[in-house]
Amino acid sequence: MNNLLVADSVSKNFGEFRALNDVSIAVPKGSIFGLLGPNGAGKTTLIRVINQITMPDSGHVLLDGEPLKPEHIQNIGYLPEERGLYKSMKVGEQVLYLAQLKGLTKQEAKKRLKYWFEKFEIGDWWNKKIQELSKGQAQKIQFIVTVLHQPKLLIFDEPFSGFDPINANLIKDEILQLRDEGATVIFSTHRMESVEELCDHIALIHKSNKVLDGKLTDIKREYRTNTFEVGLQTNQIERVTNAIKEKFEVFPATFKNLNDDVKLNVKLNAQGSSNELLSFLTSKAEVHHFVEVIPSANDIFIQTVKNN
Amino acid sequence: MNHLPLIIKREYLTKVKNKSFIIMTFVSPLIMVALVAFVAYLSQLNNDKKRTISVLDETGVMSEVFVNTENTTYNILTDTSLETAKELVIAKEDFGLLHIQNSTDRKEVVSKVKFYSDESPSLSIMSSLEEKIEKELEDKKLFNAGVDIEKIEASKTNITIAQETFTGEKTSKIDSVLKLAFGGAAGYLLFMFIIIYGNMIMRSVIEEKTSRIIEIIISSVKPIQLMMGKIIGTSLAGITQFAIWTILGSILVFALSAIFGIDLSEMQTPQQDLINQAMQNPEIASEIQLGMQSFFNLPLANLIIAFLFFFIGGYLLYSSLYAAVGAAVDNETDTQQFMLPIIMPLVLAVYVGIFTVIEDPHGTVSTVFSFIPFTSPVVMLMRIPFGVPIWQQVLSFAILAVTFIFTVWFAAKIYRVGILMYGKKPSYKELYKWIKY
Repeated sequence: MNNLLVADSVSKNFGEFRALNDVSIAVPKGSIFGLLGPNGAGKTTLIRVINQITMPDSGHVLLDGEPLKPEHIQNIGYLPEERGLYKSMKVGEQVLYLAQLKGLTKQEAKKRLKYWFEKFEIGDWWNKKIQELSKGQAQKIQFIVTVLHQPKLLIFDEPFSGFDPINANLIKDEILQLRDEGATVIFSTHRMESVEELCDHIALIHKSNKVLDGKLTDIKREYRTNTFEVGLQTNQIERVTNAIKEKFEVFPATFKNLNDDVKLNVKLNAQGSSNELLSFLTSKAEVHHFVEVIPSANDIFIQTVKNN
Repeated sequence: MNHLPLIIKREYLTKVKNKSFIIMTFVSPLIMVALVAFVAYLSQLNNDKKRTISVLDETGVMSEVFVNTENTTYNILTDTSLETAKELVIAKEDFGLLHIQNSTDRKEVVSKVKFYSDESPSLSIMSSLEEKIEKELEDKKLFNAGVDIEKIEASKTNITIAQETFTGEKTSKIDSVLKLAFGGAAGYLLFMFIIIYGNMIMRSVIEEKTSRIIEIIISSVKPIQLMMGKIIGTSLAGITQFAIWTILGSILVFALSAIFGIDLSEMQTPQQDLINQAMQNPEIASEIQLGMQSFFNLPLANLIIAFLFFFIGGYLLYSSLYAAVGAAVDNETDTQQFMLPIIMPLVLAVYVGIFTVIEDPHGTVSTVFSFIPFTSPVVMLMRIPFGVPIWQQVLSFAILAVTFIFTVWFAAKIYRVGILMYGKKPSYKELYKWIKY
């Protein structure tokens, strides 16, 4: 069993509106899985189906090979995008309550809570009310609530919103550490740089359909256009440029470099190899910069959404 | 997993530990008692006001009618004209002047009695004056007609019809009053309880929505569990509050009447009037005995059991609707349009209870309304002391039970969808759609 979570042709209608149309995803064990998509695509609905908040109209979800059942709630930690805490309840009481709802005993919850409070250095918050904390501080509590029962599957919906860069980094490191300790993470966000940084696998949902999924590196490989960014030094700029233009498809390039005279994006045809291009270039001028243009997650996202 | 006890505990504790709840619990009986005591004190103050009324009686036969009382002194004027009498009264700053003109025709005397004053006199002053003159003229008329007044006095009879059922149980007027009091109290208590704690449930649902914790909670528990936990926890808090109110209230009333000697029972309610009427009978002793008897004659066991069932049934029915309304909206101001259909049947029930049950506890209207599930808890509770056949009670409760299972289901549907909907105020049409999600 390599996949911790499998959603198999899940569909969900709200009245006339089809929020999920036959969506299937497979989340490998121990991976960080990016669930991407524009606003209103159906990500949250899918996450709610996984959390058994919403029942799918058709299709089914397997967790560790078993169809979802109420007991699985203990194995899932969910940090929703729309999140908050009881404002007038004290931090300690509140976390204990929420942990008990996840099936922990009070003693166990207390013990684990102590660990996290020490780790985040927030021990003196125990008797504070949530409304006395800042937004970022409340988010930390929320994070602890999500992970305290040590779930196999963690679902984070926009986990970094509301954090300053330092705390965002802290949370990011925690997520990575939890992954290393064996947890599987589903990660839904609009921030593509964190997708690049964290995710091994992604799925892109657009207008209720899954339009793309797989390993991030595979997808990038698929989306690459055999284009190379080239920076050359020469005193015959025009002649060199024209020579390249004659042989290859060329686009203007804008990268930052120290005094390169010619900056171009050169696209090879399907058969063309990078070595061929490189030897051609070295014959014309001095090559300072030569790098393959790898599509960013951001590019892939925008391109896929536009094409659909 | 059953988290219901955990949720109930949290709901209960947060309600009970809430500052405004604590203040409400301990301050409102104080305020209530203080208010009642204050009003009682004010009315006593008003009664204590001494006034002098001058009487210019030209007939000369009425003067012995006006006997000074604690608060009112009558000043009998003789041998003056009306004008000088008026001046005199104004100069002495008397309360007013009663002028009885002389005439040979008694009818004319009656029609020409006048009262002059600065302020318009209160109803009680006027009626007391009228009563005095009427009585005197009546006696005079009777005397003139050759009737011996003493004989009439002697012939007056006071009758109390003894009531007995065919099975031989003695009943009395006190009986009816007692039944009314019990039924009314039970029905009204339910009504109050639903309004106060239904609203509290609604607010707590809205709070969970606005603080955005709801999604975190329902990723751990089923929405229906959360809703039921809320309803039960809040009602337990409500019962606690009511118990404290009752205890504190009685202590305070007792203490206040002991300290200030203010008899709060002087603040009369219509029901107390009825009791007093019943008590004014000559055979008071036997009446009290009968009263005690009728208390024990009340279907007490039936009353208590029915109270529990109908109270819980009615409360569940309405509070689940309150929870649904809370889930459907984003803030309290949006609740108005949904509140009306909830409040209306409740108010209707109370009015039906007050107006028709008192008149005829087993009439068509009372009977029908004691079967309609949205009014039955209140109306049936008011009817039961008068003796309702068990089959009717069971049938009514069965209808209520089916309805509240349906409303809880219905509310849970709305609740489940509503708690995750933000930003828009739903229409009834949309609510209907939610049921099908």
